[in-house]
Amino acid sequence: MKYHTPYSFEEAAKIAAQASGTTRFLAGGTDVLVQMRAGIVLPEELIDLKKIPGVFDMIRNEDGRWRIGAAVPGAKLGANDALVADWPGVVEGMELVGSTQVQGRATLTGNLCNGSPAADGVPALVAAGASVDITGPNGTRTIAVEDIPAGPGKTTLTKGEVISAINLPARGNNGGDAYLRFIPRTEMDIAVVGCAVNLTLDGDVIVAAKVALGAVAPTVIVADEAAKAILGTTLDDAALDKLAAAASAAANPISDKRGSREFRIEVAGVLARRAAKIAYARAKGE
Amino acid sequence: MSNIHVTTTINGDKVEFLADPRETLLDCLRDKVGLTGSKEGCGTGDCGACSVTVDGTLVCSCLVLGVEAEGKDIRTIEGMAEGGTLHPLQRKFIEHAALQCGFCTPGLLVASKALLDKNPSPTEEEVRYWIAGNLCRCTGYDKIVRAIMDAAAELRGEAA
Repeated sequence: MKYHTPYSFEEAAKIAAQASGTTRFLAGGTDVLVQMRAGIVLPEELIDLKKIPGVFDMIRNEDGRWRIGAAVPGAKLGANDALVADWPGVVEGMELVGSTQVQGRATLTGNLCNGSPAADGVPALVAAGASVDITGPNGTRTIAVEDIPAGPGKTTLTKGEVISAINLPARGNNGGDAYLRFIPRTEMDIAVVGCAVNLTLDGDVIVAAKVALGAVAPTVIVADEAAKAILGTTLDDAALDKLAAAASAAANPISDKRGSREFRIEVAGVLARRAAKIAYARAKGE
Repeated sequence: MSNIHVTTTINGDKVEFLADPRETLLDCLRDKVGLTGSKEGCGTGDCGACSVTVDGTLVCSCLVLGVEAEGKDIRTIEGMAEGGTLHPLQRKFIEHAALQCGFCTPGLLVASKALLDKNPSPTEEEVRYWIAGNLCRCTGYDKIVRAIMDAAAELRGEAA
C-alpha cells in the first residue's frame, strides 16, 4: 500500500484517477481503517486528505451559508456554537455516530461516502438541502447530498472524484431542523430507522419543509409526500397524522436482525412525528 | 512498500520510528516505541482500550495510522502519572476497586482524563455517555463511574 499526502484536492483527484488498483481517501479513517483491518478493502493507494489546506475549516459566510471541510471531525461540529444554533439537527445526527473516541476522528463527508443506508450523519444533511463540492480529474462540480449514495457501500462518485467540502444553506429566520433515530439501547448502535425534518415558519404556519428517512431503503430517501403533509399547517394533530402516514408509506425497508420491515415502517412514522415537533419548536425559538 | 520515517511527540518526548503505512498508531506505540500500556481489545474502534489523545483529542489509536502521527502531540497512559505520583484518577480507580482484570483500565483512564480536562464537573450521566466507547467486561461500570466522579471532586478541591 502506498500512502499519499497531497496538498490539494486536484492532486488527490489526479492520484486517484491514475491509480490502477483499489484506492481509498483517508479523512477520519473510522470506516477505512476498520475495512482494511477486516480485509474487506485492501487499498493499493491510500490518499490522506488531511494535509490539504482548509479541510479542517468550518466557515460561516456573511450570508449565513456554511462550508464544512472534508476532514472536520464530529466533535468539532458540536463544539461550534454558531453551527449548533443554525443546524442543530445536522449536528445531533453526526454526534450519534460512534463513541467519544470515534467522534474525535469521524467526519460528515466520510459518513456520507461510506454509503451506509443507516448513516446517522446523512438524513439531516439531506433535509437541510446540503450539497457537496466534488473535485475530479475533469474539474469541480457541486451536487445535492442525496445524489451521492447509490446503495449500501456505493456512491455515485466516479473514479478520481473526491468530496472537498459540504455546503449548508443559510438557515434564515424562523427555521428549525431535527434528527431522531431508533436504536434498542441508548448509545453506540446503528440506526434501525432514522428521520430528519427541516422546516421554516411564517408565524405559526409551515411554509417550507423537507423530510428525509434513513435505514429504510438502500439509500437515504427524501419523503416529499411527508413534507407536503405538513406544508401550510401549524403542525396540528391532523397534520402530524398525515405526516406519519406519509413517512411510513415512503419507507421501503428490509427485515434484518435490527428490525423487521413492518416495525421499521411503523417507526418511520413515529420518528417523523417526533422530529417534526422538535424542528417546529426550534423554529419557534423554544 | 518501504517504511516511512515518523517524527512525533509522545508524552512530551520527541520520538522517531519507521512505520509501514498500513500499521496503526497502536501497533507503532506498542511494537516500535515500546509503550505497551495502550491495549488492543478489538482493533476496530469499538472497545476504547487503545485510547490516546492526539493534539488533545481523544481517539482510538487503532483507528489512526502510525504515519498520521507525524508532527502530532500524542499522550498515552504512560504519561499520566508524574514520576512515582499517581494521577488522582489512577489513585481513585484503585481506591474504588474500579478494575478487575485491568485490560480496559488504561483506556478508561485516558478517556476520563480527557473528559475532566474539558469538563471538571461532569454529571454522572455525562460521565457515562463519555465513556460509552470504553468497554469493561468485569466491573459493570458502577465503580468506574464512582471513581471518576470522586477524582473530579478531588481535582476541584472538594472534600471527598
